[in-house]
Amino acid sequence: MEETTLNNDIHVKLTEKFGEKVTAISEPYGLLTFVTYKDVIINVLSFLKNDLSFNFLTDITAVHYPGKDHGIAVVYHLHNMVGKVRIRIKVFISEQNPTIPTATTIWKGANWMERETYDLFGVKFEGHPDLRRILNMDDLGVHPMLKQYPLEDPNRVDKKDEFFGR
Amino acid sequence: MNHNHPVFTDNDPQSELVTLNLGPTHPATHGVFQNVLQLDGERIVSGVSTIGYIHRAFEKIAEHRPFYQITPLTDRLNYCSSPINNMGWHMTVEKLLNIQMPKRVDYLRVIIMELSRIADHIICNTIIGQDTGATTTFLYLFQFREHIYEIFEEVCGARLTTNIGRIGGFERDFNDIAFAKIDKFLKEFPKALKEFENLLTRNRIFIDRTAGVAEVTKETALEYSWTGPLLRATGVDYDVRVSDPYSSYQDFDFEVPVGTSGDIYDRYLVRNEEMWQSLRIVEQALVKLKTEPKGIFHADVPEFYLPPKQEVYNNMEALIYHFKIVMGEIDAPKAEVYHAVEGGNGELGFYLINDGGRTPYRLHFRRPSFINYQMFAPMSEGMLLSDAIINMSSMNIIAGELDA
Repeated sequence: MEETTLNNDIHVKLTEKFGEKVTAISEPYGLLTFVTYKDVIINVLSFLKNDLSFNFLTDITAVHYPGKDHGIAVVYHLHNMVGKVRIRIKVFISEQNPTIPTATTIWKGANWMERETYDLFGVKFEGHPDLRRILNMDDLGVHPMLKQYPLEDPNRVDKKDEFFGR
Repeated sequence: MNHNHPVFTDNDPQSELVTLNLGPTHPATHGVFQNVLQLDGERIVSGVSTIGYIHRAFEKIAEHRPFYQITPLTDRLNYCSSPINNMGWHMTVEKLLNIQMPKRVDYLRVIIMELSRIADHIICNTIIGQDTGATTTFLYLFQFREHIYEIFEEVCGARLTTNIGRIGGFERDFNDIAFAKIDKFLKEFPKALKEFENLLTRNRIFIDRTAGVAEVTKETALEYSWTGPLLRATGVDYDVRVSDPYSSYQDFDFEVPVGTSGDIYDRYLVRNEEMWQSLRIVEQALVKLKTEPKGIFHADVPEFYLPPKQEVYNNMEALIYHFKIVMGEIDAPKAEVYHAVEGGNGELGFYLINDGGRTPYRLHFRRPSFINYQMFAPMSEGMLLSDAIINMSSMNIIAGELDA
């Protein structure tokens, strides 16, 4: 019960502040989830951090939905350690031009999380101090977590060695 | 090959700075990762970390595998405490499927998770001792990690890549030998841990090498999303077991140790105290187990719980469920779920999106080592090289968890 009232509280404050810019609010498994847009994402994150004391950036990652209008969702998980509330924020961006402002201006720890997301999905975080690949080799050329790159099948004969440095 | 790795191109012959490659494979780095350090004498001027040498594309593989086959991937994240990862994954799926565990399963899980936390902290703390020159501590306490691994072996047949558990409980009940081994461990380990503390905690050399070294403030730690013992050493009282209780942690009485200054000595103390608290939890769990009916080691969810092989041979229902589960025909709800457990190094999160198919649409691991380690290079600046080495071992970086 307590969780639901807290979530309602956050919901009300968010819609008061951002109105139409905060949409699709739902609570899968008790975790408040909402969708926002990339022009306000930095404002939303800093509002959550400074005014609603979501002081802790748990994670940044992305999801690829090929064929949809907005093909990539960048997902942020935040945590309010005092109130023990978690929240999830999604921003859908276009697959052709995947750019979004960086969150490193708010949390320094976003640095590697964003580099990982860039490496795996090709999301370009604008204003990131050092946006390089982090897990894969530098000249991989593709962003391997995108759905168009299937898992390598050992029986295939047409696999491309250049992706593996061979 | 076009490698745009940052390499210091300081070719000035007058320069007194030396570039040192610490790693990729260096005896002082506990795994395969590189730090390019620029040194002024023994003092680090600046550094850049490069990781990804053992990146194995777990998330990509997970998108192509049914739920059951993802457990072996989680083993190989933090291979020093793999049961925590296993159960974190199982609990994520159980949360997705809304399965309630019987209490006995919860207690058994808590026992295994706390034992693996002890194993994890043994490695970290003895290695700090080793890096400050006290090899004795390492050799002495390390045998108890073996004892814990023997318990794992008794429960699941494997020592390192455990694959303990199933979605819905355990593969089989713990046998008497396993319980006897746990009892033996609980009897012998406190004495050894006490002696280990006597060797190090008040040791002058150890204190000189660790106290006041690599101090991190609360604010910086939160800024960099640190979790686990590293965060608690700075004085933040945050533990997923308490703030977001999973399994049955709300039933247990334990304390979350916190430090004050966030230096290496505090991290050591926090980990040591956590081992004592884990022992407390295991003892309580064993007492609680006595009142729970024996022989229940999984929830009654035949459509999700992989049946024992013997039943598959003799029981038609079990055969059908086995087939359905193995072929990935679980009817899982379309949903997304985030579940976090307190791993050895901090908050280990699983972000799972399911679209109703055979495999997760997307699975993301929030790996504590990966997120903790990004502060290593910035915090090394101005530090002595030998201090940076102890700092690295006190962060308990596990390469498997770093790269995934």
